Amino acid sequence: MTDVSRPAGVTDNVVGGTAPVAEPGRRRSPLTIAVVTVVVLVLAAAPLFLAPFATTTLTRLLLFGLLAVSLDLLVGVTGLPSLGHAAYFGAGAYAAGWVSVHVTAAIPVPLLAGAAMGAVAAAATGWVAVRSAGVYFLMLTLAIGEILAQLAQSWDSVTGGANGLSGIPAARLGGEPLLNAGYLYWYVLVVGLVAFALVWLLARSPFGAALRGIRDNEPRMRAIGYPTVVYKYAAFVAAGTVAGAAGSLLAAQQRLVTPSDLGFTTAALVLLAVVIGGAGTLWGPVVGAAVVILVRDALGPGLGGHGELLLGIVFVLVVYLLPRGAAGLAGLRPFRRRRP
Amino acid sequence: MTPALSCHGLRRSFGALRAVDDVDLTVEPGSRHALIGPNGAGKSTVFRLLSGRMRPDAGTVRLADRDVTRLSEVARCRLGMSQTLQHASLFASLTAAETVALAVRRHGPAGGGARIAPWPRRQPDVDARIAELLADVGLADVAARPVPALSHGERKQLEVALALACAPTVLMLDEPAAGMSPAESARLLALLDDLPRDVTVLFVEHDLDLVFDLADRVTVLHLGRVLHSGTPDEVRASDAVREAYLGTARREELFTS
Repeated sequence: MTDVSRPAGVTDNVVGGTAPVAEPGRRRSPLTIAVVTVVVLVLAAAPLFLAPFATTTLTRLLLFGLLAVSLDLLVGVTGLPSLGHAAYFGAGAYAAGWVSVHVTAAIPVPLLAGAAMGAVAAAATGWVAVRSAGVYFLMLTLAIGEILAQLAQSWDSVTGGANGLSGIPAARLGGEPLLNAGYLYWYVLVVGLVAFALVWLLARSPFGAALRGIRDNEPRMRAIGYPTVVYKYAAFVAAGTVAGAAGSLLAAQQRLVTPSDLGFTTAALVLLAVVIGGAGTLWGPVVGAAVVILVRDALGPGLGGHGELLLGIVFVLVVYLLPRGAAGLAGLRPFRRRRP
Repeated sequence: MTPALSCHGLRRSFGALRAVDDVDLTVEPGSRHALIGPNGAGKSTVFRLLSGRMRPDAGTVRLADRDVTRLSEVARCRLGMSQTLQHASLFASLTAAETVALAVRRHGPAGGGARIAPWPRRQPDVDARIAELLADVGLADVAARPVPALSHGERKQLEVALALACAPTVLMLDEPAAGMSPAESARLLALLDDLPRDVTVLFVEHDLDLVFDLADRVTVLHLGRVLHSGTPDEVRASDAVREAYLGTARREELFTS
């Protein structure tokens, strides 16, 4: 029963060997700051050099990336793999669309409506889900997502039923509609960056550290005094809020919301994006979302509708070659960080 | 005086097996109370019933003058009950310092509880308390090391630091020295000996040398029942205890070291 005493120090020489992928909460190096600055500048300048169609694809990529970030807060940070996350994205999109049609399309009203709807939907359905774990959580979120998709399908008077909610006016800023693809892109970019920063701060906070503790070892977290279900519920609602905000961006970009936007396919694609990008890093899933959108929307039509097949091949390759997702590539950087 | 921790008529069955059968236990404030017994005596189950991880079929658990039988593990921890687990159960992606930080932030650097902020913040008092705790258990040099890179003994030490970070009034240790080298075990003994007397310690241990060095009360469990409870000398002299450990009342000196 008693463990055989192992000689101390056997594993001591692994220090500096395989440094784990940088997680929120560790020190930033000047290199990281430089990379972040360049990426933000390139993203901000992109519409000046791109054709409108490419700008629109990039817009979709960003809002899908924000959805992936919000899901990563659940999957990567808290350890709750959800297959129903698109439900909150869709709920936010419908709310933003409905508010734009019936109330006002002035920024930031649809955005706030979408985020609030995402939060309410997550708060209403999350309490059941977060009391389970693992495969049961996966199945419960899948069921919740399907129920909400059915609701969108059948509640004709509000959602437009199977035809979707159409005729959404362009988002307006200071009375001017954002009809230009570039302006809309900048709107999505600003909202995306701010929301990403908020999620990042949350993940770096003591609250985020508690979520990672729950991911690693939930029973131990309870033993040291954390009511873990409350923490998981809070993370679920926060993720739903951000997903709702991303949904409002979808409504502004597509100007049409259909039941498929909150269905299983969307939910599975986001989860795919998180895995491809590298769960738990927050920025990795944005890269994953870029891969998914590019393969499906940009390359797919050229392949005669076989984009999903290519996506499957990419997924298999990533799982085998990059077990930590695209974010794992950052571990191969030439300047190894010194550990204190 | 009110006991720091007590249970009365505690019972728990697994199917037909009565793992814990009508156990009464009284842990005086400030005592170093050992729970010993042969394998299968029900020590770990009693531990789980006391900590709240498992619910008893019957009986009550009191923490100081409060009935905590119906309270969850989380609530009991907030009331001052803190535990280490038999098999080091830690966080694979955190460093030693980050692990202790979780408990220090929850219970506050000076005890009494604290708010968990949803935004990043510098907390120098928390950092100081983490460094102090890690130094106390002898892990100051490996504070920044990820848990999977720690040796088995270091993980057990980290368990103790984590339990102490919860600012306990009752510290419960399940086989704290299991798998430790003699040097690590001696260090643990010194640490537990140095704990302030307002911290009550209840521990399960197989290493009887450690038990008799540290404990001022010993309760012996056998087949789910309390066989004997008393001072270390009484337990050492008890024929019933000797019989439980060896099967027969052989004359070998079991407890000589």
